[in-house]
Order: sequence, then structure tokens, then C-alpha cells
Amino acid sequence: MDIPGNLKYTKTHEWVKIDGSIAKVGITDFAQHEITDIVHIELPEIGKQVKKGQPVAIIESVKSAFDIYTPVSGKIVGTNDSILESPENVNESPYEGGYLFVVEFDDEKEVESLLGAGDYKKLI
Amino acid sequence: MGRLLNELPVGYCPAYSLDSDIEINAQIPENLKRNLDLGLPNVTESDLLRHFTNLSRKNYALSTTFYPLGSCTMKHNLLVSERIAKFNNFTNLHPYQNSKTIQGVLEIMYNLEKDLCEISGMDYFSLQQAAGAHGEFASLLIIAKYFKSIKQKRTKVIVPDSAHGTNPASATLAGFDIVSLKSEPDGSVLPEKLKEILTPEIAAIMLTVPNTLGTFERNIHEISKVVHENGSLLYYDGANLNAIMGVVRPGDMGFDIMHVNLHKTFSTPHGGGGPGSGPVGVKAFLDPFLPVPKIEIAGNEFVLNYEKPKSIGKLKAFFGNFPVLLKAYVYIKSLGAKGLKNASEQAVLNANYMLARFKDKINVPAGNRCMHEFVLAPKASFKSAIKTLDVAKRLLDCGYYAPTVYFPLIVEEAIMIEPTETESKETLDSFVDVLTKIILDEASSEPQKLKDAPVNTAVGRLNEVEAARNPVLRWK
Repeated sequence: MDIPGNLKYTKTHEWVKIDGSIAKVGITDFAQHEITDIVHIELPEIGKQVKKGQPVAIIESVKSAFDIYTPVSGKIVGTNDSILESPENVNESPYEGGYLFVVEFDDEKEVESLLGAGDYKKLI
Repeated sequence: MGRLLNELPVGYCPAYSLDSDIEINAQIPENLKRNLDLGLPNVTESDLLRHFTNLSRKNYALSTTFYPLGSCTMKHNLLVSERIAKFNNFTNLHPYQNSKTIQGVLEIMYNLEKDLCEISGMDYFSLQQAAGAHGEFASLLIIAKYFKSIKQKRTKVIVPDSAHGTNPASATLAGFDIVSLKSEPDGSVLPEKLKEILTPEIAAIMLTVPNTLGTFERNIHEISKVVHENGSLLYYDGANLNAIMGVVRPGDMGFDIMHVNLHKTFSTPHGGGGPGSGPVGVKAFLDPFLPVPKIEIAGNEFVLNYEKPKSIGKLKAFFGNFPVLLKAYVYIKSLGAKGLKNASEQAVLNANYMLARFKDKINVPAGNRCMHEFVLAPKASFKSAIKTLDVAKRLLDCGYYAPTVYFPLIVEEAIMIEPTETESKETLDSFVDVLTKIILDEASSEPQKLKDAPVNTAVGRLNEVEAARNPVLRWK
């Protein structure tokens, strides 16, 4: 199971890549494997204010639909619209081409409370 | 009186009026007559008969096979109900007839409401809702309107993670935000954990009793107490009512509002077999909010009352799926109070019998006893790359409809089995034998047989992912 060391993680299997005050969010390799082949994705609207832990996206496989929670509070400033047409990208490249959305976050402390790669590995 | 052939918007084309005393063909203007052959395919009657008979043989149905579909209560549908629903007295009615001319039908609906009240412990029912999720949606609209009427702003609904997937969907559609509650390993809700998330914003909690793992909510009275102390309402998802009919009543447990699935508990066909019906029951304080029209008695006749100013309005054309209501009524009256109780007891007994035969061989996450259904977690038995999906497909080859799989989500590789009360011990035994053999023997000794399944059906293994990503919706 691929768990890059430079990312932060949540207990609900999202990954976060921090760059200044910008957080890029996706689901982990473990999550995409558990969800199985993804067939449909709904992403949040750009400009939407979101609160940590709030469901903001939906990923659907032939098994079921899954809520995706934002790991940080702030404003949605970008979404990966290419995965709407090609949801398989999330299965094939969960950490790169298959990212979900970008949040401009407003609380540094929330970022500090996220899991490191080691802790996430223990969790799964 | 003449018959109106057609009526189009004014100025488009004149309407033609036909005189019933003159031969119809002679009255149709020449320019409107078709002079060409209709071009319909011509086959012999025997070919046509074979075509449709062969199509019908491709069906998997309750009338051809055991259907242990967990959470769906695929019990035998009484044939007498079908026969009665086809009586001309019912099929020739028009929903816009004057209510004075359909007194018998209104009486049936009125009596069905009363029967459902007695079975569930609620005070009033509305029969309009077309299915279970429609009943949930109606209930949540009622809850929203109730809190609006007492000027309380409550925006959230609690749904345990062991609930049916339709619960959060219905609540969201009704405008609520969802608060998810993690259930215990047997799918139940702990009152202490519930208390922690019961804030003043919580309008209601949606509970299924017994829950989707087939266990009864032992702490229901305590749950009811903490929910009501918080000023919130308790909603009962009636999907699993077949386990408790005539034994305990949601109304007595403290539920304020609920729906029942006539197409599950009360033996009317569903799935491909026909439309559903999800009546909503409420305690008296919520009655003003039920949909209109309400069937009432005025003097010595039944009337349809539309004058309910607080009602959430009308949710369905006419008065609901009447033939379904009729079939459910026939079922209730055929079985009677004792029979309904016996149905639930047999359903629970059948499920426990199967569970007892499985439990020493295949992992059962919720323990050794169940209500009307149970969930297997066969993952530990799979030595190879076999998945529950492969087991389900192999069951089709063995002549069974596959049980519900991958639900509830809280059990990995779940297989959810609900035998219902209408199956014989022989049927239950042979199904247990076949499923055990597939999981314990074939999955290890002949994994390819499972991966290739089904091979005995009209179509083989379908590519479900491709069907969802690139659906072909039209025959070309």
C-alpha cells in the first residue's frame, strides 16, 4: 500500500498536501482500493466555505457511495474536474492525477492535528 | 352523445366529433385516413407465444426460485390478493369519480389505516407514499413542518451507520444535514454515545428496529428517553417490521413517526413485480401535518378531506398505489392478528435456523442469535482472491437468487440473508448446503468456477464497472 511520507492524512482516509496556506486533498491508495472501481464523483463548488469534517464530495463505486470529508476548514479554491469524466484516474493515480479538490485553509492548528504517514500506516 | 376523437390547441386544427350512431370509419375525413399498410411484423401466433413465453422464462422471480434478499422481505405474495385486485369492481374505477360512488374503496383504505395503526401502535396513517424512501421523505417533511410550527430551528438529523442508505438521502432531500452515529459491532446504538451528539439542533434520529445486522435495539426505551428529553423526534424505518409484527409495536417503544413497506411486510409484490407502497404513521400530535387528502367519516359516509391547513400537501397523484393497498388489506385480513404474529415468529425462526447452521462454519459478526435476517462475513473463509461478488454469481448458477451483498457497509464482504416465513425447511436446508459448499469448498478447490460464474443464466458475468461508467441506454 503506497503511503507517501510527504503528505498528511486523516482517519477517514483522505490525504492532504500542504503548500503555504493551500491544501490539496485526495483519497489514499488504501481508500481507492477499498472503494474499488470508481464510477461517479461529485465535487464541491468553487468558493464554498467548508468546515473540517464536513462531507464535501461523493465518490461512488459499483459497491456503494462514500462521503469524502474535508480535512481542514476554509474555502474551496480548486477542483479536479478531469476526474468527473475519467473517475478511473482516482483508482490509478490517487496521489497525483486523481486528487479531488483544493482548500485555502484558515486554521494552522487543524493542519497540525492531521496524521503523519507513520501514524496513518498504523491505522490501516 | 358523441365521442371526441381529438382536441388540439385552438387555431391548430379543428376537433372532430364522432356520432356513435354512425359507423366510425365513415366519419373519419379522407385526409386523415392511412392508406398504406401499417408495417407491423407478421409472425404466427405460435411463434409469438413462444417468444413471450421464452422471455418470461428468463426471469428470476419468487415464483421460480428462493429469493433470500436481505432487507427486502421477499415473502410469498398471496395469489388471492392478485385475483381480488383484478376484479372489475376495482380496475374499472376512475380516481376522479365522485367519492359517493367509491364508498367501498374508501372504506377499504380507511380500514387499512386503522389496521396499520393497531399493528404499529401509531394514531394515524397516510397511505399515499409510493415506496419506502418516499415514506421516509414524507416523514422528514412532516418533522420539518412540525418544528417550524412550534418555532424551533432544528436543522440536523442523526442516522446510525447501520441504517439503510435511503435514510441519509431522504433527510438530505428534505433539507436536513446528517449527523452520522457509529454503531456498536452488532449494529445497535448506545444511549450514552447518542447523548453526546444530541444537540439542540437535532430534529430527529432515524432508527431501523431490528437493525440491518438483524439485532433488536435492546436500549430502545433509554434511547427514546434521551431523544425526547432533547426535544427531538424518534423516527422508525419500517423496513424490518416483518420481524416484530404482533409482538412489539414501534408506537409503544416511543417512536413518534414511521413508515411501513406494504411491499415487504404485507406481502405485495415488489422489485420488478410491481409498484410499492410506504404508508406513514404518526402519533396524534403530528396528524395535522400528514398529506392530504385524509379519509374521514362524515355522518354515514366516507369523505376525502383536503382541508388541513398545516398539511405538508399532496405527495402523489390520486390516493397512492391503490391496488397495492388492496393486496396488503387482503393479506392482513387473511392472516388476522394471530396469523400476522405467527408470520413474524416464523420469519425469525427461519432466520435463526439458517444462522445456527452457518455459525460454526462461516463468520457471523453480530453473534449467534438474530431477528428476521442475519449477515455473514465470509472474508476469513476466502483463501484465494475470491470475493463475495463471485459467491453471489455462483449462486445464480445453482438456481438461487443471490442474497444482498456488500450491505450493510459496516461488514466487510457482507452477505445478508433474509429467508422470510414462507419458505420450507427443505428450501432453507438446501440453500445453506449450497452456499456453504461454495464458500468453504469451491472457493478453494475451484476458484475459476466462481470467477467465471454465472454460466447457466441468459447472460454471463456483466461488466458492472463499464456499465456504470459508459452505460448503453438504447438498443441499436
